Amino acid sequence: MSENSIEKLWLSGNEAFALGAYEAGVTVASGYPGTPSTEILENFAQYDGIYTEWAPNEKVALEVTIGASFAGARALATMKHVGVNVAADPLFTVSYTGVRGGLVIIAADDPEMHSSQNEQDTRNYAYAAKLPMFEPSDPAEAREFMKLAYDISEIYDTPVLVRSTTRVSHVKGRVKPETRETPPETSIQKDPAKLVMLPANARRRRTILEDRHESLVQFSESCYHNRIEWGDRKIGFITSGISYLYTKEAFPEASIMKLGMIYPFPEKMIRDFAEEIEKLYIIEELDPFIETHVKAMGIRCTGKKLIPAVGELNTSIIKKAITGKGAPDLFTPAEIPMRPPNMCPGCPHRGLFYCLSRLDVFVSGDIGCYTLGFLPPLSAMDSCVCMGASIGVAHGMAKALGDAGKEKIVAVLGDSTFCHSGITGLVNMVYNKSYATVIILDNRITGMTGHQQNPASGKTLMGEPAHAIDLEALCQAVGVKHIATVNPLQLKQTKKALKEAIEHDGPSVVIARYPCALLPEEKKKKKTPYSLQREDCNGCTSCLRIGCPSISWTPVTPEEGAKLGYKEKQKGYAQISETCNGCGLCAQLCKSKAICKTKEAQA
Amino acid sequence: MKESGNILFCGVGGQGILLASEITAYALLEAGFDAKKSEVHGMAQRGGSVVAHLRFGEKVYSPLIDLGQVDFMVAFEMMESVRYLPFLHEKSQVIVNTHTIAPPSVATGKTTYPENLLANFSRHNISHLPIDGAAIGHKVGEIRAANVALVGALSNFLPVQKELFLEVMKKRLPTKILDVNLKAFAEGSKVSGQ
Repeated sequence: MSENSIEKLWLSGNEAFALGAYEAGVTVASGYPGTPSTEILENFAQYDGIYTEWAPNEKVALEVTIGASFAGARALATMKHVGVNVAADPLFTVSYTGVRGGLVIIAADDPEMHSSQNEQDTRNYAYAAKLPMFEPSDPAEAREFMKLAYDISEIYDTPVLVRSTTRVSHVKGRVKPETRETPPETSIQKDPAKLVMLPANARRRRTILEDRHESLVQFSESCYHNRIEWGDRKIGFITSGISYLYTKEAFPEASIMKLGMIYPFPEKMIRDFAEEIEKLYIIEELDPFIETHVKAMGIRCTGKKLIPAVGELNTSIIKKAITGKGAPDLFTPAEIPMRPPNMCPGCPHRGLFYCLSRLDVFVSGDIGCYTLGFLPPLSAMDSCVCMGASIGVAHGMAKALGDAGKEKIVAVLGDSTFCHSGITGLVNMVYNKSYATVIILDNRITGMTGHQQNPASGKTLMGEPAHAIDLEALCQAVGVKHIATVNPLQLKQTKKALKEAIEHDGPSVVIARYPCALLPEEKKKKKTPYSLQREDCNGCTSCLRIGCPSISWTPVTPEEGAKLGYKEKQKGYAQISETCNGCGLCAQLCKSKAICKTKEAQA
Repeated sequence: MKESGNILFCGVGGQGILLASEITAYALLEAGFDAKKSEVHGMAQRGGSVVAHLRFGEKVYSPLIDLGQVDFMVAFEMMESVRYLPFLHEKSQVIVNTHTIAPPSVATGKTTYPENLLANFSRHNISHLPIDGAAIGHKVGEIRAANVALVGALSNFLPVQKELFLEVMKKRLPTKILDVNLKAFAEGSKVSGQ
C-alpha cells in the first residue's frame, strides 16, 4: 500500500486549501468566517511568512486581496456561499481589471444547509462574472488545484474562483505536501488603463474579457483535471466535485468525464465524450449548471429530471436515480424525539431571549448562534434573512406600520454581525427617523463558527492585540440618542433596559454584553454550578422556560409526590445536571427558592 | 481480517466525537489503510445530533457511508444509536454508551425519554455492546474520557493492532490528558474482551 505511505498528511479540505495557498506563495489572505469555509484562514494563519486577517465582511475581504494582487502579491479571499453575494460588487469588476499577483477566491457552498440560511450554487457566479472556476473533489485536489489556480490567474490575467462544498471542506483525506514556491516581489506599479474602471477603460477591458474567455476555453480542453475515465460506454456520466466520488462509487464500471475546471467548459471534449456514449447523465449537486450548458450545445443528456436539485447527493441517491433500485431492505427508523441544536449551558443569549419572550414584540433576527432563540421554549425570533438584515427589516416594518408598530419592533444581532453589515442599517435607521430598538448581543467573539476574532473583540486572526470598537461610542456617533448596556444574565436589569429602550421615542440601542460561555477565559473562571432541592421544588416549571440543556423535568406519580410531601396537583420536579455552568438564570426565576449554588446546598 | 470498513460515530454535540474519530482514523492510517472522514461543523454542533462518517480500505472514494452500509457504529448516547438504525446491516457491530442526554422535548416534559432502546438492535439480531461510559469516566477520574473508552471497545473489532492506538494517542494527545485517556482506552477495550 505504497499509495498510503505515512509521508502523506491527513488533512481536511480546508487544511489542504490553506496548504495549497501557502505552497503557491500566497502572502496576503483575507476573509470572513462562515461554515464551511472558516478553517481555511485559521489554518493559513499557522504558516510563517504570510499575513492573514478576518475582515469585517466578505466585500472588504475581497477588496483587501484585490489590493494585495495589485501590489504584486499572490492573494487569497475565503468565504461561504452567501458571502459571495456580499462580495459580488468587487468580484464582477475585478474580473475586468484582472490581476497583477495571482488572486484566488474560495467559495464554500453548503448543500443541505447544515449551517446556512439557503443553499445556493456558487458555480453560477463563474458564468455571471466571466471567471474561471475550479472544483476539487477531495483534500488532495484541494491542495493541488490551489497551485494551478494561481498559475492560471497570472497567465490569463484573471481572478480565479475555487468552489468547495461541505463534503470537501470538512472531509479528511490523504494529501501529499510539496515545497513552497518563492512568493513574488511586491511593488507599486501604476497601470491606470487596466486598473481604473471608468467607462472608457472598462469598455476596452470588456472586450479583453471575451478574448480571455476564449483562451480559457482552449486551456480547459487540455487541462489535465478535465479528464475522461473510460469504461463501459453504454452509460456515461459528466460530473464534478464531490459528485464525482459518489458517481465513481455508484458506477465503478461506467465511463466518467470529470470536470476539475468547472468553467469555462471544454466543449470539444464534452462533444467527443457524448458521441461515444449511448446514454449520457449529468450528476451534479444543486443547480443544473453543467446540464444546462451541455443541453445548450445540442447534446441529449439527463440530469435534474432524475437527480435531485435539492440537498446533498450521495452514492445511493445516484444509484437509485439511475437504476430505479435503492439500497436493499433497510431497517426502518425507530420513532424517537428530535434533537435540534440548542444554546449551551450558561449561554448569555438565553437571558436576553427569555426577556424578549415575555414581551409583545416582533423580533427581527439575524445570523449567529442566537438564531436558536427561535426554537421553543424561548420562541423569541420572528424573522431571519441574512447577515445584518435584522436592522433593515425592523426599520422597514416600522415604516410600513407607522404608529401601530411603535414599541412593537426590535432587531437582534451579534457583535460580529453588527460589524459585518449592521452598522449601515443603523445609520439608515437614524438618518431616516425610525423608532425600532436594536439589540446587539455582544458576546465578545464570533460564536457560531467557533470563536473567530472580529473588530469588536480586541484581537486579530494572527493573535495580536487590536483596537476593539467601542460599540456604545459608535452608536452615539451614528446619532442614536438612547443607548443602554446590560448583562443579559441579570434578568431584572435586562427587562428594565429593554422596556425603556422600546418605549423611547426614536431609534434606541441595547447592548447585551457578556462573553460566550465557551471562551477559554470564561471556562477557566471558577463558576459554582447550581443544584435544585427536590423537596423545595413546587413543580411550577418556570425554570424550564429558559430551555437550558442542564435542566430537565422528572414526572412523579401521585404516590411518589405524596412521599416527597408535594401537593396533590404537583406533577413532577425539575433537576439540574452536572453540566450546569452557574449562570444563575434559573435561580432568578425560581419563586420557591429551590435552586441555589451547589456549595450552599452542601453547607 | 476485513480489509475495508465503514464506521459511524454518533452522539450529541460536545461529547468528544471528533477526538474519538480522529484517534481511530490515525490508527487505521498507521496500519496502512487509506481513510476518509466526513463531519459537519457549525450550528449542528450546539448540542444537536452529531454524526461523523469514517471509511477505510485500500482506496476510499466517497467520504459518506451509504444507508445499510455501516459495519461499526460507535454511539455516544443511547437514543442517538437508534436514530441511525437505517445505516446498519445484519452484521453490523454496535458499541453504545448507555449514557442518556435528554433532548429539549424530554427535558421540558413534553415527551419522555424512550425506553428499551437497545431492543431495537436485539429485534434485528444486531450485535451490540452496551458500555457504561460514565462509570469508566468516573473510574479513571475524568468523565470526559468516556469517548476514548468507546474507542477502546471499538479497537477489538478493527484490523489494527492495539499498540497503534496507543502510539497515536501518545503522539497526538496533550500530555496533561494523555494518562486518563490511556486508562479509559484500556478499560473500554476490556469491556468488549469479555
